[in-house]
Amino acid sequence: MTNTADVIIVGGGIIGNATAYNLARKGVSVIVLESSDYIGNGGSSRNGGGVRQSGRDKRELPIAMWGIQTIWPGLSEELGVDCEYYQKGNLRLGKTQRHLNILQQLTNSAKQCGLGVEMIGGDEAREICPSLSEEIIGASWCPTDGHANPMVTTLAFYRKARQLGVRFFSGARVTEVKKLRGKAQAVITDEGECFEGSVIILAAGYGSRAIANTVGLDIPMVQQIDEVLVTEAQPPMFWQMLGTADADFYGHQTSHGSFVFGGASGLETYLESTEGVPPTNSMTASAICRGIMGYFPALRDAKIIRTWSGWLDICADKVPVISPVEEVPGLILACGFSGHGFGIGPAVGKLLSQLAVGEQPEIDLHELRYDRFRANK
Amino acid sequence: MSKLNDRSGDIGEYIPAPDDDMIICRCEEITKGEIRRAVHDGMRTMTEVRRFLRAGMGLCQGQTCSRLMQGLIARELGVRPSELEPATSRAPMRPVEMYILGDEKEGGVSND
Repeated sequence: MTNTADVIIVGGGIIGNATAYNLARKGVSVIVLESSDYIGNGGSSRNGGGVRQSGRDKRELPIAMWGIQTIWPGLSEELGVDCEYYQKGNLRLGKTQRHLNILQQLTNSAKQCGLGVEMIGGDEAREICPSLSEEIIGASWCPTDGHANPMVTTLAFYRKARQLGVRFFSGARVTEVKKLRGKAQAVITDEGECFEGSVIILAAGYGSRAIANTVGLDIPMVQQIDEVLVTEAQPPMFWQMLGTADADFYGHQTSHGSFVFGGASGLETYLESTEGVPPTNSMTASAICRGIMGYFPALRDAKIIRTWSGWLDICADKVPVISPVEEVPGLILACGFSGHGFGIGPAVGKLLSQLAVGEQPEIDLHELRYDRFRANK
Repeated sequence: MSKLNDRSGDIGEYIPAPDDDMIICRCEEITKGEIRRAVHDGMRTMTEVRRFLRAGMGLCQGQTCSRLMQGLIARELGVRPSELEPATSRAPMRPVEMYILGDEKEGGVSND
């Protein structure tokens, strides 16, 4: 078999897999190249599973809203795998007046974009989610938000894309984009393998940066670790997605009964990047537990059975780059998702498939262009 | 470490077996048939099968079923079990209550 397809996708995460699936449905031939040995091995299988609109920047909010209205409700059926999607709302909790100010600001800006989100009091929040601590004095409430299983969703896109004829390579570490007469033409791996296509999509998380550098482009992003933990299965307690004003933890209960909570110790900014399996820190799971117990005292006896972590690709302005590159026709960037790429992944996959075949994407993406970064001094 | 792996390689059709309903992962109650089918759905590593099915991701974190799973996946792929990378082990070693893991006091657990 040749290493040639209409579209080459670099990155086998939720973005790459969802794009491949949508392209295959259009009859386009696709090769997906994943650098690690595992499909969906970056943020896609390491995040807290939020499918949120609230709390998002207004530049990416339209994508989130469109995805939640048109794709998520039918996704499990479409892919033939239960993605454990729950649309039971998102509560962002506050305990102090300072928290409420943060929440009010987020709520105001989301409302301006037409999102149904409102501020509610502590008692109203406890009506929605009775196990919340009495210390909570208010929350923002977005009833159309939700959560899903990120690992299963990513692999469900992979499974379906494979069935539709998409070719997948793991262990394919792309190091370079090759141009021919100014146009993106191929990618080269560290083993010297060449994959050719008339469109190349870079969706490799932070790894996209070094690859884009080989054609003279640089996206300002940094890597930062985020940790997640899971409890043993518990009796059903709540189905909302939860976050806090200070973002000290976030998470949900899965249909399986376990609670999945992500969070931070506050020292993440200072950790150096490492290769291989992302490490967990001895302080972080404890910090997340304290955060959780402060909001859900009833969970104090729940047992933690596993912790893990993943690298976020945080863009300078905290929203992704989803954009064709004018200087290098045929090259499309999709990176810098800044820790909130999973929820919009299925929608971004569809939009990228439209970009790749030269259609007008259904949602305007010009605010997410690659050349938007300017000096601010 | 990573070696180029073309996942389009043909491993044949999934053929149902009489003992497919045998439970392999006792914590999560995942059967042999579910694991075999996952391999045919494209899950070619221990890690992917774990993520797709939760097999080996329950209370014992695969301490009981990992070897069985490894054998099953290898057989479906037509490789030796030793050719499969083991899945990542993570802290904690044993399940730990939140109030213990979250305890800030020096010198161990408080008794409240």
